[in-house]
This record gives sequence, structure tokens and C-alpha cells, in this order.
Amino acid sequence: MSHNAYITETTIEGADDGPLAGRTVAVKDNISTADVRTTCGSAMLDDYVPPYDATVVSRLKDAGATIAGKTNMDEFGMGTTTETSAFGPTENPAAEGRVPGGSSGGSAAAVAAGEADLALGSDTGGSIRCPAAFCGVVGIKPTYGLVSRYGLVAYANSLEQIGPIAPSVEEAAELLEVIAGPDEHDGTTRDAAENGGNYDYAAAADGDVDGLEIGIPTELVDDADEGVTEVFWDAIADLESKGASYHEVELPSVEHAVEAYYVIAMSEASSNLARFDGVRYGNSGGYDGNWNETFAKAREEGFGEEVKRRILLGTYALSAGYHDKYYKKAQDARAWVKQDFDEALSEADVLASPTMPVPPMKLGESLDDPLKMYLADANTVPINLANLPAISVPAGETEDLPVGLQFVGPAFGEQQIIRAASALA
Amino acid sequence: MTAKAVESGDLATVIGLEVHVQLETETKIFCGCSTDVEDDEPNTHTCPVCLGLPGALPVLNEGAVEAAVKIGKAIDADIPEETTFHRKNYYYPDLPKNFQITQYDAPICQDGELEFSVEGQRTSVGIRRAHLEEDPGSLQHKGGSIDTADYTLVDYNRAGTPLMEIVTRPDFRSPDEVRAFLAKLEEVLEYLGVFDATRDGSLRVDANLSIVDAEEVSGDGTIDASVLEDANRTEVKNISSHKGAEKALAYEETRQKNAISRGRAVEQETRHWDESKGITLSMRSKEEEKDYRYFREADLPPLRVSHWKDEIPIPELPDARRERFQSEYGLSDEAASKLTSTKQVADFYEDVAEQFDPDLAATWVADNLLGELNYRDMLLTDVADRFDEVTRLVELVAEEEITAKNARETVLRSMLDDELDPDTIVEQEGLGKTGEDEVAAAVTEAIEENPDAVEDFHAGEDGALNFLVGQVMQKTGGSADPGQVNQLLRDELT
Ligand SMILES: [Zn+2]
Repeated sequence: MSHNAYITETTIEGADDGPLAGRTVAVKDNISTADVRTTCGSAMLDDYVPPYDATVVSRLKDAGATIAGKTNMDEFGMGTTTETSAFGPTENPAAEGRVPGGSSGGSAAAVAAGEADLALGSDTGGSIRCPAAFCGVVGIKPTYGLVSRYGLVAYANSLEQIGPIAPSVEEAAELLEVIAGPDEHDGTTRDAAENGGNYDYAAAADGDVDGLEIGIPTELVDDADEGVTEVFWDAIADLESKGASYHEVELPSVEHAVEAYYVIAMSEASSNLARFDGVRYGNSGGYDGNWNETFAKAREEGFGEEVKRRILLGTYALSAGYHDKYYKKAQDARAWVKQDFDEALSEADVLASPTMPVPPMKLGESLDDPLKMYLADANTVPINLANLPAISVPAGETEDLPVGLQFVGPAFGEQQIIRAASALA
Repeated sequence: MTAKAVESGDLATVIGLEVHVQLETETKIFCGCSTDVEDDEPNTHTCPVCLGLPGALPVLNEGAVEAAVKIGKAIDADIPEETTFHRKNYYYPDLPKNFQITQYDAPICQDGELEFSVEGQRTSVGIRRAHLEEDPGSLQHKGGSIDTADYTLVDYNRAGTPLMEIVTRPDFRSPDEVRAFLAKLEEVLEYLGVFDATRDGSLRVDANLSIVDAEEVSGDGTIDASVLEDANRTEVKNISSHKGAEKALAYEETRQKNAISRGRAVEQETRHWDESKGITLSMRSKEEEKDYRYFREADLPPLRVSHWKDEIPIPELPDARRERFQSEYGLSDEAASKLTSTKQVADFYEDVAEQFDPDLAATWVADNLLGELNYRDMLLTDVADRFDEVTRLVELVAEEEITAKNARETVLRSMLDDELDPDTIVEQEGLGKTGEDEVAAAVTEAIEENPDAVEDFHAGEDGALNFLVGQVMQKTGGSADPGQVNQLLRDELT
């Protein structure tokens, strides 16, 4: 049964042996694959074939993985349900008639349906963790700078990271081991070994949470659905029984995180997506008028509604006279969010919250109300603003719908969140 | 502006520049593509980064930063602790990403100045800032101009070439100051080894020009900012040389002064310099204030550069070298200036001066060689691979194997025109200084063959001796030293 997890099914063979030999990996369609089209879920790029591999793709091949295809996604990563894709929605294999979450919905669905052993997604404001939570699988958003973004088609480049999606914490950690580490093609990558970490992620998935101190930000729990909160507290009780303890922490800044996140993400998107003007991508011909008019028509035709909305809002936020009111304020809020997380993590090994405040929505339910969709990201976006690592792990179900629990760690503290999550799944 | 100033023509010109120079680095500013593009096929020096392909990321070429730091040191600019990059967002088909990576609020150089002389007067102009950025690609309009072309081709070979944008203060008061400044700037950049003036499009200048009441210029040459703010200025684009800058701005200065004297307002606008017609033209399109929506380029982390200033050495600059040439080699200011006009000239001079007499070297490099090259519209660069031959020529003169006159008028010219080496020319033309015996024999012969002249000499006629010298010179094929011949004749006849 097909859930429309893939935009392009293909087989790209990797090296004969390596840590991922014999395993298939689904790759989100905003990660460049040489000679295989990379659409970003957009009509603008429906025939774009990159001439080069993203660094993570080269690393997958070197590790012996077989790439099974390019997965469906919200157009350019802009969505929480995978319904803004120009290639139709993906259905949630773990919850019939429901969305798989987004924007890496195809990757999570491929893993949940067994159509790939592992998958890569990208997470700008929750785009790995949300679909992992909705589809009942594991997803990791690494520390900003741990994984190379070279070849990842940018939506909001100061926020996003490529990360693994897998059926178990250990498998997600194995995939992270393969893709992590500095890259000369990405000047923002940093070496975990030089920043207090190391790359032995799979070994950290030992389920040992004895003595683990968990901080629980009340702001990220109180507003969640009742069913979700119940599953969350049950999971915390489970961890307590295994020797962990918890205390509540306050993160007053997260009240502004969603606003700050969307201003920054949309601003960056307005610039990152400017190159798609019909000259080299999308429909380039036959329009009357000067260059600007021609560009405008190509963009009007090639982009979907949500993408156009975000480009317009981002352009506005950066404009003279509004720059200080929106973009600069959002940057100030980002600095405040970082500071709040640093403080909370100084008294806890990890922070925990529900990944998503709600269970998966019904297909077609949320597209009409963008604001509602944006607010569903309340628990995930603060982590991207703070550049921190986070993992979503299945914690149980409410009314037969998967619920994910999110652990957040300090920068380059991937082992800590992997260890905590491995006690649950 | 006061009516009186307009009537009396008591007007002052104010000019500020934005100079774009291409930096000489092996690879582009954000990728590994070669910058040595010359006339290669379009789009052959490209990669995902400089083509702006989706997903490609810029990685800063530290060579470009080093070049920028050198420039900062040469213009005595402040170099910040940390420098950052911004995106300048605008749509244009030569811009692969539809934004340009440039610097905004933390440029690599701030508050510098450059000294230069114009008609013998030393002066200096303030540099507000100088920052790094990437060059866009280039467009070829087929079948017409930018507005009328049937189609336009894009070549990204140039895209990503490192540029330094140098922004001056509005300190220029005349077009010839601009020309002298630009010549000096090129000279300094070449000395630093960060610039190649012979490369097409390596220098591009935008100039702002306005006219104010001369009374507004204070004693020290400064003008109140509010006066400049009020004056309507034009921005002249498409200037590509220091000669072109002088011509364009002289035209623009006259155009504005004429408008003012006829009581018409100068329109604030952008004008295009048409080099072939020698005029500036209005770009017509109403220049609305552009909003580039600058914001930080998150793909390039902030770069700490403060310590680079101490770690990166720069070579001796033209002014210092000119002064040293005067003190070390005893040259005049004029000769020293000529000999330091480019690094290549100065290096060559020092090479020759170390082997022979510095004065002789100065005459040969500054007067003879540069003079003959200039006459042929050639540059020293054109004979760079023949420095050994020129040095050999100076050696022939220094060791008195040929006369200075023959060396200059026959050998040097033939070297340049016929591309022969000096020894070959000396041999072919029989210019080798004749042996003493041969000269003595010629003297005896001349005396024997011209008894009338000998008689006239004894009678005290001055012309007679000159006649005899001429006879000897003829016999020796011009290779004898006239002074020596003169002396030998006197010795024989008295
Ligand atoms: Zn390149």
C-alpha cells in the first residue's frame, strides 16, 4: 500500500561495504543527489537535476548505504503536514487518514511503512521531530554545525540541520555517526570533538538513565492536548522508575519563540528562494515585459501558496522601516531564547517536553488556517533558535494516535539525548 | 546656492568615488574555481557555488581576506576585531543567487586615507570604508543594447571573483584630482601584488558629483555635511579607467555648471558614461531609493581578523620607496618619482643600480628605456622577458664598449623595433668601440690626407679641427670617442 512517501523512487548503490551496507535510506527531496532530480516538493524544481551530491549523500554512499528514493515534503520545507507539496500529500502509515507531519513527512512515512530502513530529513523548526512523532518513529535534529548542509536546498539557513529518522534510537544514532562531522564545503560545521563531544552515538543508546536529571519546561507542557500530556507524564514516570529524576524549569522567552522563528525563517527564505526566477529554474519563457515582470510571472507560476506567503512576509520583515521592528527584534528574541536554554541546561542533563502539542491532524484539516499550523510548532522551534540538539522518540499513543516525546540537550550533547531516549524506545 | 555665486561663477565641485577593484587571487572568493578566466569559453570556470546552485554554500577564501588586509594597511585603515558578511538582495540576471554576498556594518577596512600628488602638490583623500564582495557574472546582449536586445546570454566565469569596494569621502575638488588618485591607487594596489591593471574590467568606478557655492568650502577644504546633503548630485556609472574618470567628470562638471548658470536645477539622477561619445547620459529610469534588505549571511561565520594586521607583511610602498631612492641613490625627486611609478619599474631599476652606477642606471631606465617605450606606446611589462638584454646594454655602456649615443640611438631602438639582442646589433652595425691603435692610425691618415685643414688649424681656424674630427669618426665608422679623437688630433698637430 502506498502512502505517497516518495516523489522519486530510485536505487543509488553505495560502496560494497561499510557501516550501512545492506541498508536502504530514503532521502528527503531537498537534499541534492547527483543525476537524480531534487524537487523540494515544488513545481518550480520539478525537472531540476543537480550535478553534485550533498555531503551527507556522499557519506551515505561511502558507508555502503543504498538510497531508495527521494521523499515527499512540504514545498521547500514550509509546512507541518507535508500537504503543501506540489506532488500531493503523504498519508500517515501509523494513523490512517491523518497527516504524517512535516515537513519531512515522506521520510518519516517511508520508515514507518517499512519502505526504507532509515531516512534523512531536515529540521528547520521541527521538520524531523514533528513527522517522527506523528508517525511513531525516532528523529534527531542535531546541534547546528554538527552535520554539513552542503547540498541541502536552503529554506532558513541559520536554523536548519539535516538529521536521521529511524525505527529505533540506536539505528538513528548509527545513521548520525555516518553523516556527522566537519565538512570543508560548509563553513558553519564544527568538530564535536573540539566542542566537548564525540561521535560514538550508537554506543550511547544503552538505556541507562540512572541518575539522569531531567528539566521539564512547564511552558511546553501546559498548553498541550490532554491526551498528549497524559502520555508524556506516563513516560516521565517510566524514566523515574529507571532511576531518573526531574524538576520543572521556566523558559519565559519561549512565549515569543514562534513569532521570532517565523520572522527569521521567512526573512531568510525570501533571500534563499530569490534565485528561483525562471532564468535557470521553473518556466522561463514566453512572458512579455522587462526582467522584473518576467521574474515575477515565473515565480507566480512556480511557487505554491504557502511559499509565496512566506516570501512576501519575509521580504516585508527585512524592508527598510520594518527591519528593526521585525527582523532585529526577532534576533534579540533568539538571543534571549538561547540564554534561557543555557540556564535551564546548566541544572539539568536534558530537557523534556511533548514533541508536538497535538496528535496528528486529519488530512486536509489544517491547510486553511496557517496561524494554527504555525502554533503547532511551539515546542520544536525554540530548539532551532537555540542551535541545540533534540530527539523525538515514541512515548505511547492517545486514542490510537502516536505521541512523541522530545529531549533537548546542550550543544554537541547528542549522547545525552540519545541515552535518555533509548530508555523509552 | 547664492545668486551671487551663480552669477559670478564662484562654484566649487565636490566629488566622491566608489571604486571596485578585482583582487588578484588564484581562486574565487567563495569557491575553488580559478579566477584566471581571460578569453576562455563562457561558463567553464564554474561550480555549484559560483553558479548559485540550490544547496551550494560559500566558503571564504582567506587569500582574498589577506589581500583586503594588505589594502587596509596601505591606506592606514582601521581593521576591526571581527568582520562579517551580509546579503545584498536585488534581482538581476547576472547575479546567480539574486543576492550578492558583501559586507555591511562590519567592513574589513574603515577610516583610511590615501596621499597622492596632483601637479606637484601633495594632497590626500579620506577613505570612508573598503569592503569585500563577490563579482556578479557578465551579460552579453545579442542583437541590441540592454533594452533592445533579442536575447541576453549570461556568463558566470567572472561570478565570484573577489572585489574590493573602496568608498572615498567627498574630498575631491576637481576631475584631475580623481585621475591622480586613481593612478596612485592602482600603483599602490600593484605594489601590494593584489591587483592587475591589465586585466579587463579590473577597475570600475562610480562617481558622485555635485556643485556647491565656493564660499561653503572652508579654509581647510572641508564642506559642511548639510551643504552636501542639500546639493543635488549625479552618480556617474560605467567608468573603467583613471583617464576615463577624468574625462567623464570634466564633462559632468561642465554640464552641471552650465545648467546652474542658466538657472536650471541639476536633477538628482544616475548617469551613464559613454566612453566612445565622450558624454554622460541620463539612465532615464527614475531612480527610486533602492532597498537592498541587507541582513547577515549566516553561511559565513564571523571572521576574527584583528591579529592578521600584525601577521601579514606588506612590501615597501611607492612613497617610501621614492624617498629611499632619493636618499640611497642620490636621485632627484623627479627621477625617483618616475622610477617608483610602478613596482616593476622600481624593481628593475634597483636591479640595474646594484650592478652599475645608480646615476647611469637612472638615465637608462627612467629616460632612455621608458622614453623609447612611451614613444612606441609600450609598457615596461611588454619587455619584461627582455630585462637581461637591457641590462647587458647598460653593461656595454658602463664598460665603455660602445658609446652612449650609439647605445641609445641605434642599439636600444633596434632592440625594440627588430627584437634583436644588443650584442648582435653591435656586431651587425660594427659599433664596438674601436681599438686605440686603429684610432691613432685614422688620426695619422686624416692629417696626411688633409693638408689644407692642417694649415687652417695652425692659422687658428676653429672649424678646421672639427672637420678633422669628423674625418676620423667617418674612418672609424662612428665608434671612436669624439672627445678622445679631439685630444689625439691636438697632440699630433701641436
Ligand atoms: Zn566556483
